[in-house]
Amino acid sequence: MACIEARGLRKKFGSTVALDGVDLKVEEGRIVGLIGPNGAGKTTALDVIVGLTPYEGALKVLGRDPWNERDQLMRDVSFIADVAVLPRWICVSQILDYVAGIHPRFDRSKAEEFLARTTIKSASKVRELSKGMVTQLHLALVMAIDARLLILDEPTLGLDILYRKQFYDSLLNDYFNRSRTIVVATHEVQEIQHVLTDLMFIDRGRIVLTCSIEEVEARYFEVLVHADQAAAARELKPIHERQIFGRPVMLFDGADPDSLAELGEVRTPSVADLFVAVMSRQPGRRQGVVQ
Amino acid sequence: MNTQSNAMNSTPVAGHAVGPSDIPAIRQFYMSVQRELWENRSIYIAPLAVAVLFLLGFLVSSIRLMQTLSSASSSQLHDAIVQPYDLVAGMIMAVTFVVAIFYCLDALYGERRDRSILFWKSLPVSDTTIVLSKMAVPVVVVPLIAFALTVGVHLIMLLIGSAILQGSGIGAATLWRHVPLFHTWAVLFVHLVAGHGLSFAPFYAWLLLVSAWARRTPFLWAVLPPLAIAGVEKIAFNTSYFVGMLLSRIAGGTQPSEPAATMTMDAMTPPLGGLLSSPGLWIGFAVAAVFLVGAIRLRRDRGPI
Repeated sequence: MACIEARGLRKKFGSTVALDGVDLKVEEGRIVGLIGPNGAGKTTALDVIVGLTPYEGALKVLGRDPWNERDQLMRDVSFIADVAVLPRWICVSQILDYVAGIHPRFDRSKAEEFLARTTIKSASKVRELSKGMVTQLHLALVMAIDARLLILDEPTLGLDILYRKQFYDSLLNDYFNRSRTIVVATHEVQEIQHVLTDLMFIDRGRIVLTCSIEEVEARYFEVLVHADQAAAARELKPIHERQIFGRPVMLFDGADPDSLAELGEVRTPSVADLFVAVMSRQPGRRQGVVQ
Repeated sequence: MNTQSNAMNSTPVAGHAVGPSDIPAIRQFYMSVQRELWENRSIYIAPLAVAVLFLLGFLVSSIRLMQTLSSASSSQLHDAIVQPYDLVAGMIMAVTFVVAIFYCLDALYGERRDRSILFWKSLPVSDTTIVLSKMAVPVVVVPLIAFALTVGVHLIMLLIGSAILQGSGIGAATLWRHVPLFHTWAVLFVHLVAGHGLSFAPFYAWLLLVSAWARRTPFLWAVLPPLAIAGVEKIAFNTSYFVGMLLSRIAGGTQPSEPAATMTMDAMTPPLGGLLSSPGLWIGFAVAAVFLVGAIRLRRDRGPI
């Protein structure tokens, strides 16, 4: 069974179209990166999936309708919204008590173990914690919930690089320990690309690319083209071109790697470069724009 | 030992349709009420502060009373001794009423304003459970806190009074004869739970509805529509039924046409049986239910402000 299955998902806020017919399917056990520019509809898409927002179209998350069955769905789904939203008045031990009291899949000792590795004291109030500590506390709560689906919307916003790395490492460890599906929306594409199994690019309310990391490796090639081969390389219709130290770097979709190797050094593009290339080909955006 | 623990383990699975890993809604409800008390400590701190201040005042007045005690007549003595008991009950009642009103106005508004609703909604607790737990605070918890606190203050007053009367040679027995504590407590309990809790339910539900709906200034939105209705009624029909209806409910069932001769709690507390069988109470419940359903729908629909 697909973990998330959506067809023709639409959402309007007044006259603004946030989701414009989104079709997507996330199989169980995948780690999907939802990547898109600001205002592309990432947060709206995730809000719809966790039942915060009504929608038009067909959507099933773990076989349920999120808008009408949010409370049942949340037994199996955890999510962190895009900003620190923990209530500022609550103290750490109270929030552990509360979640332990109402959540059937919350393992309190696991959350305490996670917190013990931080400098957060159980008597502290959330308002006394730094932004990074609040995020850590939220992560501790979410990681201690044995959820089948984990939705993360900019989960490491405001964390320094050490904590970000620690977060994604523990996410990965946890992931390999059990079969869990994760959908993560983030701007820090480079930091998570080694964690992901699937990519999903979203732009102006539409999914513009879905593919697994293996497909990316088989299909997309980035070539650091020798200066004298530039014209020949352009013949092969790269989907994107930029310059590094005066040398053209071209991104090809579905070209033959052997013939590309004659033009220059071939490698798999980073997710960030692929993202820029795919976005630049969207109608209405300027072609081949280099930042 | 072993069999007992086995039996205990098997009960929830065998006895309930709920799966072993589920948490019953009643436990979620209880935890949510508890959470409200963590957040809104003024619910018990405000009346506690009033009680402490009152006790200080009472101590001073008792010491002063001691000096004039021997020359006082029997009825003066009765007034001086009995009145403070009703007075403190009234003060605690008044402050908890105000606290309950402001609690309701903030209950579903504050969580949207500080965006914490996004966290609460990430937990498997239904909007119905949350709204009902917030409704339980003014209807059940606040009256019970007021009652427990008043009983506690009365007991302390009784100790202080006994000590002073004993010390002045009159004897504590006078006090115990004049203060019908158990009767007072019984009346107080009915007044708080039935009067303030149940009769005021539609008011509290209205405040929760406004709190779930308003994007700003819930207080104004709570007050203006009733004023508007009253105003339109007055202009269009030159009548004041709406205001009369609200006032009679605030007065707790006593008819505004025949004002109570004395403002004692006895006079203002309708008999419990009469209250429970009065159609007014059940109409109030129906109105409260409509408002609550609205509040539950709004809590689902409305995101952070």
